[in-house]
This record gives sequence, C-alpha cells and structure tokens, in this order.
Amino acid sequence: MSANIDIAGMSNSETQTGAQAQADAKEVLLSVDNVTLTFGGVKAISDISFNINKGEIRAIIGPNGAGKTSMLNVINGFYHPQKGRISYKGKTRKRMKPYHAASSGIARTFQNVALFSGMSTLDNIMSGRSLKMKRGLFWQILHVGPARAEEIEHRAHVEKIIDFLEIAHIRKQPVGKLPYGLQKRVELGRAMAMEPELLLLDEPMAGMNLEEKEDMSRFVLDLNSEFGTTIALIEHDMGVVMDLADRVVVLDYGQKIADGTPSEVQSNQRVIDAYLGVAS
Amino acid sequence: MEGLLTGLDTFLIAPFRDMASLPDFLLQVVWEGFVSGILYALIALGFVLIYKASAVFNFAQGIMVVFSALVLVSLFDLGVPAWLALIITIGVMGLLALTIERVVLRKLVNQHEAILLMATIGLTLVLKGAGQLVFGGEPKSMITEELGLSTGSTDWEVFGGFVIFQHIDIAAAVIAIIMVAALALFFSRTRIGRALRAVADDHQAALSVGISLNQIWAIVWFASGIVALVTGIMWGARSDVSFALEIIALKALAVLILGGFTSVPGAIVGGLIVGIGEKLFEVYWGPMFGGGVEAWFAYVLALIFLLFRPQGMFGERHIERV
Repeated sequence: MSANIDIAGMSNSETQTGAQAQADAKEVLLSVDNVTLTFGGVKAISDISFNINKGEIRAIIGPNGAGKTSMLNVINGFYHPQKGRISYKGKTRKRMKPYHAASSGIARTFQNVALFSGMSTLDNIMSGRSLKMKRGLFWQILHVGPARAEEIEHRAHVEKIIDFLEIAHIRKQPVGKLPYGLQKRVELGRAMAMEPELLLLDEPMAGMNLEEKEDMSRFVLDLNSEFGTTIALIEHDMGVVMDLADRVVVLDYGQKIADGTPSEVQSNQRVIDAYLGVAS
Repeated sequence: MEGLLTGLDTFLIAPFRDMASLPDFLLQVVWEGFVSGILYALIALGFVLIYKASAVFNFAQGIMVVFSALVLVSLFDLGVPAWLALIITIGVMGLLALTIERVVLRKLVNQHEAILLMATIGLTLVLKGAGQLVFGGEPKSMITEELGLSTGSTDWEVFGGFVIFQHIDIAAAVIAIIMVAALALFFSRTRIGRALRAVADDHQAALSVGISLNQIWAIVWFASGIVALVTGIMWGARSDVSFALEIIALKALAVLILGGFTSVPGAIVGGLIVGIGEKLFEVYWGPMFGGGVEAWFAYVLALIFLLFRPQGMFGERHIERV
C-alpha cells in the first residue's frame, strides 16, 4: 500500500531511488569529531567520533545511560558540546541552534513522545511545515491569492504523509487522546513533514507491541529506500537494530566501544561485555 | 407558604417587572455593562495571548496596563506631543517585551509552567517598584482629548426616555472590536498563530520543527503589551491612571475562567457576560443583598463555572492519559 503512493516532486532528495542511494553511499552527510559533552563534572559523552553516510540507516545503541540521547541532542543543537566539532553537509559548526538544525534539514522524534497534545493529528503534522511557509503574515491573514495556494500545497503534502503512515482515520483527532503507538506515528509524520535529509529517531519502537514494531520498521525502511532519507536511530530492541541498520555505533558510559556492520558489532567482545557484564 | 411566595416574587419576578417598566433605564444599564464588559475582555485578551503561547498565567498583565498608561501620560507631562508620546509608548512596550524575553523567558525554556508563573509574579514586583520609582505613586489623569478621543456624550431618545452614550465608551467598543477581529485572524490564519499553540504545548518539540521560541515569545509579549496600552488608555479615561488599576486585572481572571484560558472569543464573551451581568445584578438584585454585589458577582459566577465546566465555555479540553 505504502509503496504505491505518489512520491514524485515531494522533494529533491526523494527522487533518489534506493539503488542510487546505495551507489553514493560513501558520501558523508554528517560527521562527529572528538565530541565531549559534560554536565558539571559528569561526562555524558567523551571524545566520540563517528559519521553518518548519506542514504544509510545508522543505529546508535548502548546500555542505559550510555549517552545515546545526549548524542542526538548534540547533533540537533539542544546541547552544545564543550569539545569537538560537528560537520553537516560539509559545513563545520562548533555550536548549532535547534532552529538552524531544523532549517538545514535535520528532523527528529523524541524518546518520550513530544507532540502538541491539544492539536489534531493534521495540525501536528502541519506544524512540521512551518519553516516551509514563506508568504508574509499579511497575506496569510487575508487568506487570499498566493498564501491560500501555499496553504493548499502544504495540506496536500501533509495528506500524502498521512496516507503513507496509514493514519487517515485519526486525521482530526486531538493527539492527546490517541494510543501510544499511534502517537509515535504522528510524531514521525511531523518529522517527515519537514522533508528532512537527516532524520533522528530516538527509540521509535519503545513501548510498542510486536505488530506496532513491525509497522514502524516498515515505515522506517520505506522512508529510507523510497524517499532517500538518511536515518540515525537509537533503539534497544536488538532484533530491530540488526534488521534495519546498515551500520551500528555502540556507546557505553559515554565512550564509543564499537562501530561497524550489525554482524561485526554483534561479535565484538567489548559489546558483549557491555551488555552482559564481565565476570571478574 | 405565603412568605415563600412573596420571597420568590421579590427574587425571581419583581426584578423583571422593574426592567419592563423602565426599558430606557434597562438599556442604559446594559450599555454601561457592555462597555465595562468590553474592557474586561480587553484585559482578558492580554492574558489569553500569553497563555496561548506559553501556558502561563501572566500575573504581570495588570501592572503592564498601569505601566503603559503611566509611560504615556508622563511623556505628555514632559512636553512631548500626544501622538508622539503614543508612538514612543508603543516602542517602550516593544522594548519591554524584548527585555522580558531576553532576561527572563530565555533562561526558562523547558521549565515547568509553575516556574514561569513565579517568574511573572517576580516581573510584577519589578515593574511595580520601577514604576513607582520613575513615575511616583500619585494618580494621574489620562490625556483623553489630546489623543483625539472625544469626552462628550450623545443622548438617544428611546422608549419615551433617554439613553446616554459617552463618546469614550463608544470609542472603547469600536477599538476593542477591531483589536479582537485582528487578533482572531492572526491566530487562526497565520503560521505564527499555529506556532503559538505548538510552543504552549511542548517547547522541545516546537524547537525541533524549527519554531523559534525567542521570536514567538517576543511577538506575544509585544502584542499583549499593546493590548495593555489600549486597556490602560480606556480605563484611564474613565477613572484615572494609578496603581489601583492593577486590581481590575483580577476580574479578568473570572472572565478567563468563564471563557476558557486559551480562547480569544471566550475572552470576549466572558468579558461581556461578567460586565453586563454584574451591572444588571447590581441594579436589580443588589438592594436585596444590601448593595455592593458588583465586587463579588464575577467571582461567584467563576466558582459556579469551575464546578460544572472547568475548561470554560470555549476552552479546549485537555485529556491526559495516565
């Protein structure tokens, strides 16, 4: 069903097919170099470097408190690291504000669903388009001419997303009332509405049952292969990670302990120790 | 039995007989109530603006009304022409909004609403202290005529009597209606209107879709500063400009409970109900309570609403899953 929707002209990055995405897989979209983040005396992240290639699904895993969410917060500008640099699309920044991250094509979802709970599904996803609306306030108030056309165009785009995520039946419902699994989907929809080049997913499957996890995995894979969106995701379910990810970076106590393909990581002794504990 | 019937008659029927016997007087009472209702609505609107954008009850709204009116009057007293004083005052309110955003709100992103509320209480104290320091505690009179607002009145012959319309009241009604219409369109049609709601619901999520909290907050505080200025001019013209004006902001609280904290139309309808209701009650039922009912009518009404419809008439009902 989702494979049939019309994706032509949705954005330039989306015209890329899965095969093309593979072909230029080596192009680095984002690289994190020697990043250190401390809160007071506590080191949340110490001297971590890794990169995310264009078009891949990159997983960040690790035990609780390993610094995974902090890493996402650094990438999207919520936290500013004390040391290190982040290069995105060839540009290097020491500090990035959430606004700049959003306007340069980084979207994200949150570990604990962060939706606008009083608003409907439709309005929540529409809010993801706020950076794309260009017409002046004056025209928007009058609701005529170009502003009207613009609103309709964005609405159409949002409807495509609603179709893709199969949430048409809850279009008008306030999201606060929806079950958790659907809320997670709406949140993904809002991030998709930004037409991101890099999508950061913080535990997209947390708290879901098997069926919901399968649905969500399918959306993530389709998003990556059809729209060419690069995805970085944090996940605890190892089965999901091994199925979805092209490459995996493993963190433990704020340090990088492994980086590679799922099978490489799986057989790495340090990773096994971190997850299972070491007999002393 | 006999006593009960007379009691029922005096309480439930006699007031309406009084209304019907002097329709021109009734009309006058309703008009007076309408005008104070409009002014309550204006103050409530200032609250709604900020509440919509940060889910915070801005305690400082009342003092902002006084502050803006004092700036305006004091500038005029210094010899600045009235129109220039008005423009400068608008500038001052803009500057105040930017300062509040920069010094207070920016540090409190992602904090609990109660913390933001406390911050506005602090802001009230600062503005009050600064206001008294700069302008002194003396009441001043509003420069109504100098601003081009007529202070005369027009009589309307109707039902064999007169209804008196103060021009300033008519002006207040017209200006309030224009402001309300502009704000309603702003909220429902613009991308900033939608962003406001988003900011109120979740700071982090709003940031992640590229909404600038700083910009939004500066805009709403400026808008509510302008609303405060208009309110200050209108109330000031009816009484005088003093720190006692701050108290009327408390009535707006009752208006908000009636109308719902997040609704622009709610603020208007709530304001009118409180304004007209308390005037009618004062005039026709007041004597039974020994007068002075105007002071508490709004709060009793608000209490009743809290019991039966806590989200107000137009407020959105938030359902939280536990």
